[in-house]
Amino acid sequence: MISAPKTSFQDMILTLHAFWAAQGCLILQPYDMRMGAGTFHTATTLRALGPEPWNAAFVQPCRRPTDGRYGENPNRLQHYYQYQVILKPSPPNLQELYLASLAAIGIDPLLHDIRFVEDDWESPTLGAWGLGWEVWCDGMEVTQFTYFQQMGGFDCKPVAGELTYGLERLAMYIQGVDSVYDLDFNGHGTTYGDVFLENEKQMSKWNFEVADTESLFDLFRKAVAECENCLSAGLPIPAYEQAIEASHVFNLLQARGVISVQERASYMGRVRDLARGSCEAHMAREAPKWAEKFPGWVA
Amino acid sequence: MGGEVPGVGGVSDFLLELRTEEIPARMQAGARRDLEKAFREQMAATGVSHGAVTVWSTPRRLALIARGLPEATEAQREEIKGPKVGAPPQALEGFLRKVGQPQEKLEDRGGTYFAIIERPGRATREVLAWAIAAIVRTFPWPKAMRWGAASISTESPRWVRPLSGIVAILGEELVECTAAGVSSGYATLGHRFHAPGPITIGGANDYQEKLRACHVIVDHAEREALIRDKAHAAAAQAGLSLVEDEGLVIENAGLTEWPVPLLGRFDAAFLEVPSEVIQLTARTNQKYFVCNDGEGKLANAFVCTANIEAADGGEGVVDGNRKVLAARLSDARFFWEQDRKKTLEDHAKRLENIVFHEKLGTVADKVDRVANLARWLVEEGIIKPSPLQGRGLGEGQPSAASADNPLSPTLSPEGEREKLAALAEQAARLCKADLVTEMVGEFPELQGLMGGYYARAEGLPDEVADAIRDHYKPVGQGDEVPTAPVTVAVSLADKLDTLFALMLAGEAPTGSRDPFALRRQAIGALTLMVDGSLRVSLGDICAHLAAAVSRVVMITKYPKLRHEVEIYFDALDSHRPIQLDEREAPFRLQESGSGKEHFLNPVAGTLTEAYKFHHQNLETTSQIAAFLADRLKVQQREAGVRHDLIDAVFALGGEDDLVRLLARVHALQAFVGTRDGANLLAGYKRAANILKKENYAGGAENLLSYTPEPAERALIEALDAAEPRARDSVAAEDFAAAMSALASLRSPIDAFFDAVTVNDSDPAKRAARLALLDRFRTAVHQVADFSKIEG
Repeated sequence: MISAPKTSFQDMILTLHAFWAAQGCLILQPYDMRMGAGTFHTATTLRALGPEPWNAAFVQPCRRPTDGRYGENPNRLQHYYQYQVILKPSPPNLQELYLASLAAIGIDPLLHDIRFVEDDWESPTLGAWGLGWEVWCDGMEVTQFTYFQQMGGFDCKPVAGELTYGLERLAMYIQGVDSVYDLDFNGHGTTYGDVFLENEKQMSKWNFEVADTESLFDLFRKAVAECENCLSAGLPIPAYEQAIEASHVFNLLQARGVISVQERASYMGRVRDLARGSCEAHMAREAPKWAEKFPGWVA
Repeated sequence: MGGEVPGVGGVSDFLLELRTEEIPARMQAGARRDLEKAFREQMAATGVSHGAVTVWSTPRRLALIARGLPEATEAQREEIKGPKVGAPPQALEGFLRKVGQPQEKLEDRGGTYFAIIERPGRATREVLAWAIAAIVRTFPWPKAMRWGAASISTESPRWVRPLSGIVAILGEELVECTAAGVSSGYATLGHRFHAPGPITIGGANDYQEKLRACHVIVDHAEREALIRDKAHAAAAQAGLSLVEDEGLVIENAGLTEWPVPLLGRFDAAFLEVPSEVIQLTARTNQKYFVCNDGEGKLANAFVCTANIEAADGGEGVVDGNRKVLAARLSDARFFWEQDRKKTLEDHAKRLENIVFHEKLGTVADKVDRVANLARWLVEEGIIKPSPLQGRGLGEGQPSAASADNPLSPTLSPEGEREKLAALAEQAARLCKADLVTEMVGEFPELQGLMGGYYARAEGLPDEVADAIRDHYKPVGQGDEVPTAPVTVAVSLADKLDTLFALMLAGEAPTGSRDPFALRRQAIGALTLMVDGSLRVSLGDICAHLAAAVSRVVMITKYPKLRHEVEIYFDALDSHRPIQLDEREAPFRLQESGSGKEHFLNPVAGTLTEAYKFHHQNLETTSQIAAFLADRLKVQQREAGVRHDLIDAVFALGGEDDLVRLLARVHALQAFVGTRDGANLLAGYKRAANILKKENYAGGAENLLSYTPEPAERALIEALDAAEPRARDSVAAEDFAAAMSALASLRSPIDAFFDAVTVNDSDPAKRAARLALLDRFRTAVHQVADFSKIEG
């Protein structure tokens, strides 16, 4: 007898943790930096490189300053959670595993229309691309499902499968609420709005109106310089952290509307160079270890 | 042993299913074609005969059924004649190499060597196994990927998405094969949720029905028909009519194995958002059909296509989809509200941040040029205030202040013209403003349309709103052609500016490369001019645009010298002659009105450059005029006008009014179709041939030193009468009358050739008669260069 899954926001996360832990995934914690997507987590970006198997799952808080709506739009947030799963190499039953995870959090595919709709994923700032789908549940995109083909400009050998669940959307769906702020967070009367509404209001104001642009430009320059400093010291992980920082500061500058269309491409190009440089350094640093464990493997 | 031929026995049907994780809907039709093509090629190359081939696709499988394959390919025996016995050893060695056999295998038949080549028949199953592997290995997917553990090597297989199963059965026998790491079997999978377990296929004959029993309609055409019918039925049941969309039918059939169209409703309050926006959101983002009510207006209903026969009858599915659409429509309504908080004029200010082209400044600069050109087109009388005659888009609702209103003062012609010029300039200044609105940022295909909505919402005149909405038209052949004067002014100015500016910036199309679609811009501009009978000199347009574009390029290049560059080009605009001699400094320019003199010594170098650049651009614009003329030729040829007639008129040169040029072509076409026309042409050719043969290079005045023969006199008199008539008619642009004037020369020229010898032994007569023929040729050339006409 299967008991009905608990449907609070935090129960959903716990269920996913239990599900993927049972599949042999490491359950990691969020990366402690501001970033636009779970893909930036080193457990995804850097671990997608090289021959070593890697299976991990984690929640990553994401910040997208331009998506802020001062807490007034029931579907848009400048801060939200992604649930990330990365499985390398991609297992042959990845779609079935994913569908089983949906069933675990309470989505019945004979009551709800689950569809895999073409969506090619590309991240110019990470020099990465992959093929896959956005997964629709009754017309709503609930997950990004990607087979990574390249990361940091390097072929993924082997290919990793990445699942990115939009937790708030799934929870709204499962709980049947129309506003993200009405989500039951803990099953004991605390809503998502209780936790985050004030945060959305203040952060939207700061992102769009208050953030000191001179300081942001300065932060961007410093992150670029520090990344280069780390790269010349042969330290790809701290270098990559500076790439994450530069990327987020760039997003903040965008939200402040101080980057012209002409400049935009050049800023993105600089972030891409940092990310690629970090991936390249990571490959170089790991190469001897990989060569020993995987004789014959070539980048 | 080679000689044994396997039984030619019966034939069998072949089934191939390539099961794949979800194939993008847009790639399925191409994949079906490619699969059939590859299969046919493989069979042809290996000599396997077969009957009809059927291909089907679903999101999760590509299937092929071929009828009537033999169980084995036929054994082949070939006899090749070689050298004679006793021929030189080199000849024999060469033959052995060619046939790949040792000498002892050759047969000696009456003193000549023969090689017997036996190719045994191969089991068709074996051929198919190889063929399947080859098809998978070389399949031309538009985009393919690697996956799984094998992808640790670069050599790993590629497929559109992971390939997960192969069913290959000939008759009832498994075709054992491996492709992309997957081995063939009898088992496939049914519907992902309704029948998730494996199902065993017997062969080509039970495949379709076994899948159907497992909730998979494998024939895409059947799914398409089902979606079409049930979507219509769902709308009809709700008292609505479905807005047909064949693209959506095909896409939804490519996204489902068991399609179930379901009708849902959305909050009617969203209908305040423009219907095009609702339809576009529903279509592109959600792949929903929309419906109209009894009055043909968009209804608050959508039809989505589910992939399941839901246990609750689809209630949950519809409710979920309704929420998603509501979120999308809230976004659209948010954009609609946000965008209207600012006027289009305010939006337009942000165009300064968008680069139009690196050498041509920003979109704001472009808008400025378009506004000036639109005004100029009106002020020059090229576009007139009265609505243009023609088919297509007319003016919208008359504005409150129109001349129909008895309370409004009737404007003088000058006043009408100024009013139109002001409206055209206003519309042009706002026509690109919607590019920076939230809505167009989200839905680029709504450019123009949204600008029109926003203009109306802020109470701008209807002529302005219509012009903003329609100024991209006509897009391509068959699109509506604007006729409202304000719209025509903005549309034509926009297209001419894009064409000239980008060509002056060195972006002329070459061969198949036309990244800015300039040929299409040219055709659009020509259609507006021709359909609207706009009388404009290409030379004037060239001069106007060469100056306008040169100005912005110079300012973009030397932003600090903006003031000086503007003095130069302003002087051009005010029609004051500018004499700039680079040896002469300082340059002196008089400001109009005040008579104040500017001494421009400090920037003499820049001004010299501006001058040179401008003049160089003037030269380039003549090439652009030629490009336009060339496009006109292509357009007319496609419209069925004989190319030689077009050439005959174009060859006259010096015509830079395209409408007049076309009128001449059309009159000529009518004329050469008549008996008079054909005979005149024959006479012309005869005259031209004689002149050519005699190397006639013009001559003395045609003073007759002798008494002309009657036919000669008759031709002279006919010419005396026809020449001024033709000339006057051409001047009056009555080309039909000009043609009929020429037609009066037909019998005199025929009679002349019958009765008069041109090549007379008297040099004076000969010279006079050649001169007469030349006069005849020149007269004909007033209308067209008949030498270009064929036949």
